[in-house]
Amino acid sequence: MRARTITSPRRVVVREGVGTNARHPDATVKVKGEFVYSSDLHRDGMLWGLTLRSPHPYARIREIDVTGARGMPGVRAILTHRDVPGRKTYGMKVADQPVLASDVVRYQGEPVAVVAADHPEAARRALARISVDYQVLEPLVDPRAALERDAPLLHPGGNLVRHVKIRHGDVELARAAAEVVVTGEYEIGMQDQAFLGPESGLAVPTEDGGVDLYVSSQWLHEDLEQVVASLALPPEKVRIVLAGVGGAFGGREDLSIHIHASMLALRTGRPVKMVYGREESFFGHVHRHPALMRFEHGATRDGKLVFVAARLLLDGGAYTSTSQVVIANASYFAAGAYEVPNARIDGFAVYTNNPPAGAMRGFGAVQSCYGVESNMDKLAGALGIDPLELRLRNAMGTGTVLPTGQPIDGPARVEDLLSRLRAMPLPDVPPGAEAWMLPGGHGNVTHGEGVRRGVGYALGMKAIGYSGGADDYSTARVRLSVVDGEPTAEVWSAAVECGQGILTVQAQIARTELGLETVIVHEADTSIPNAGSSSASRQTWMTGGAVKGACEAIRRRVLQGASGALSRSLDELMFEGGAVVEIRTRKVVMPLAEVLDDEAVEESFEYHHRPTTSIDTETGQGNAHVAFAFAAQRAVVDVDLDLGLVRVVEMAIAEDVGRAINPLAVEGQIEGGIAQGLGLALLEELQVVHGKLRNPSFTDYLIPTVADMPPVRIELLQTPHPDSPYGVNGVGELSALSSTPAIVNALRNATGLSLLRIPVRPEDIALAARGTAAAAGP
Amino acid sequence: MSREPREVVLTVNGRRYSARAEPRTTLADFLRDSLGLTGTHLGCEHGVCGACTVLMDGRSVRACLLFAVQAEGHELTTVEGLAPEDGQLSSLQQAFHEKHALQCGFCTPGFLLSAAELLDLKPHPTEDEVRAWLSGNLCRCTGYQNIVDAVLLASSRREEGAR
Ligand code: FES
Ligand code: FES
Repeated sequence: MRARTITSPRRVVVREGVGTNARHPDATVKVKGEFVYSSDLHRDGMLWGLTLRSPHPYARIREIDVTGARGMPGVRAILTHRDVPGRKTYGMKVADQPVLASDVVRYQGEPVAVVAADHPEAARRALARISVDYQVLEPLVDPRAALERDAPLLHPGGNLVRHVKIRHGDVELARAAAEVVVTGEYEIGMQDQAFLGPESGLAVPTEDGGVDLYVSSQWLHEDLEQVVASLALPPEKVRIVLAGVGGAFGGREDLSIHIHASMLALRTGRPVKMVYGREESFFGHVHRHPALMRFEHGATRDGKLVFVAARLLLDGGAYTSTSQVVIANASYFAAGAYEVPNARIDGFAVYTNNPPAGAMRGFGAVQSCYGVESNMDKLAGALGIDPLELRLRNAMGTGTVLPTGQPIDGPARVEDLLSRLRAMPLPDVPPGAEAWMLPGGHGNVTHGEGVRRGVGYALGMKAIGYSGGADDYSTARVRLSVVDGEPTAEVWSAAVECGQGILTVQAQIARTELGLETVIVHEADTSIPNAGSSSASRQTWMTGGAVKGACEAIRRRVLQGASGALSRSLDELMFEGGAVVEIRTRKVVMPLAEVLDDEAVEESFEYHHRPTTSIDTETGQGNAHVAFAFAAQRAVVDVDLDLGLVRVVEMAIAEDVGRAINPLAVEGQIEGGIAQGLGLALLEELQVVHGKLRNPSFTDYLIPTVADMPPVRIELLQTPHPDSPYGVNGVGELSALSSTPAIVNALRNATGLSLLRIPVRPEDIALAARGTAAAAGP
Repeated sequence: MSREPREVVLTVNGRRYSARAEPRTTLADFLRDSLGLTGTHLGCEHGVCGACTVLMDGRSVRACLLFAVQAEGHELTTVEGLAPEDGQLSSLQQAFHEKHALQCGFCTPGFLLSAAELLDLKPHPTEDEVRAWLSGNLCRCTGYQNIVDAVLLASSRREEGAR
């Protein structure tokens, strides 16, 4: 990939700086089809790597025999667990996942062997000739059974990944005092990130015995740590370079082809390319945790919450991945964005022989948001209070103490968001005004006589950045020079662009801080210090802070240079428009070229957020979070009761984004997140039957198309966050939380059905509606 | 049919190519691996996502569902051929860029070609027509609104005959 340059004509006010809809430097090459995705890489003489995967969810491996594949034409290497040079296992938090399985496989699709050949066909034929003798075992597939006494133990430490306990106030006392109590049990199926560009990359052996790995990722340095451990190489011998990323959404936090391709390249001495197809991609990354959740809400008759009790069970699948953090995040926000004096929250993540679960946009908060927001509607029904009104009466604000004991000290304009949502007009087109607008579209099987409209609301909150005592940071280096008479800034950071726009954000910040217009953001690789992960809605805040810090240091250096050269006091001068200017007259007193004298100034900055603490293992108490973000959503749906078909008519959202560095990009994040939440509500589920994936294809795993996705009304609030650079807040995940429960609440509003499990399928509506009608009938 | 590689002669983006392909090589693999035109993306390889959409004699086809030999003698347009000349963008490409109609951009070539076909057939479609037309292309990042807006913008700027 090339470095991206944007040049705009010079003006006094810097163009495409912070707060503008600056265009994305990578978008030009992307619309021309010239952007190099990780699947587009090519080297002369490269081999193709393929993976042999277990067909069984749980089996003992008696023997792996590769002799049948040896010596086949075009086959250059066949590697198994014996060939892993270093640590035989990997993992983001716990290295418990075999690089290649040795004695046991714990999920269907677990890698067992890898092959490199001249052509993918040759590699495929070789895979077919490897014989693995499996002793098939009865898989543990029900997360409820995982903690039972007689359950098979999938890992030496047992089947519990983590139990998170949060104890706040006195729930027993509050329950006795509550006037109305409602309980609901909610279930979520397995969602997939379904990024459009499958896992892929290219490993190139280097002359010093190391490897250059070009790969799509979310966090290059975390990848590096795991890769070098398994390759038994010193970190300086492995360089990981970000190749073009075709979407991520959490699914690229864990390794995919990284170690396999590197091992094959090192073994053969040739570049090795690996590309998963769509089917393999479904086996090649972790999924969103399926969830079973019980929520109990108690309130006074006039609708003040007195307690919440929640029990969450997340199916972590076969390996740890990020499960212990996902369950923490789910538990932190199980009480929702409400003022709740008493809470008792128990979150469990367990191992099963289902596909491993890990990070996906929202990271646990999606699951608990669906549960708590569903039960809030149930409570509203029991109280006879309008659901939006109930939320308003209990909305948290700055100063509210979370169940974890931490007071919210940043902006929390939850009431305001709800009021704004209420003020937004409802769509004025009646249900089925035109045939194609009927649920199910053009099918024309009814005239819309069974169609009902419903409106639903949901509130979402999430922590921004890494919680729980992590000293998270990002590093950036900025260099200022004059190129062909033009002041030019170059930015180096290892922040991963997945499409969210962090390249643009870095360029915008450098423009604003240095008052110039030409900024080059260089490609990300591990020779640049760590920028942390493109996840947790953190990158604009963290790497934005690092770029800003580096630019400020450069400004100081330039001004010091000028003040020395001109013998003038520092406070008379400022750096603006690429020159040193006298503050009083705003006249240029020294052009940058003169200050720099053909040299460049370069500064690095490491940005840390404020410190947090871990939570107490028994009570869950602790100041665990950096910051919080909030959004309120409304869904309007049309439902055909006879057919069970749904059409989402409109989504509306009010979100406080702190400050939008690039408003258009922020809206893009919001709309994309809503679409994924819509998918979870209505369409998206990996069907896992007895540990096996039944629908690993886009024919059978449905993601929303433009026909499913309605227009979105967006109202951005911009309340600067006091702790962040420019007042920004995280925006990557929030809209994905509340869109799901808003839609399901709208379905419940339209149908009167309880619809506890998502995604809601047509038969869930049509059969239940018929049952209700029959029960109510003559 | 013989499995032996055959010579496939076709026109891509106005340029004649001749390259060998086995009869079972898909058009997508042929474009990407044999001709080096990697702007045609593979998101599913089974005809659902539309990322591999190209135009064959002006009509959209899924390059993952055709064999290279089926394109023999035909005229193809891929994303690399949309821009009128080097250093410029087509009105659709320009509108996608301006309206922020892409994030990761993996779906973009497919959307551009589907939209190009639509505007050829119907230079000034309504929003509903744009939505209906694009419903065969998947995007996982944007939520589609900006894509629809971009197509409408390009349509509004369109002079008859321009792509
Ligand atoms: S790759 Fe051809 S339709 Fe998806
Ligand atoms: S922009 Fe990423 S899939 Fe469309």
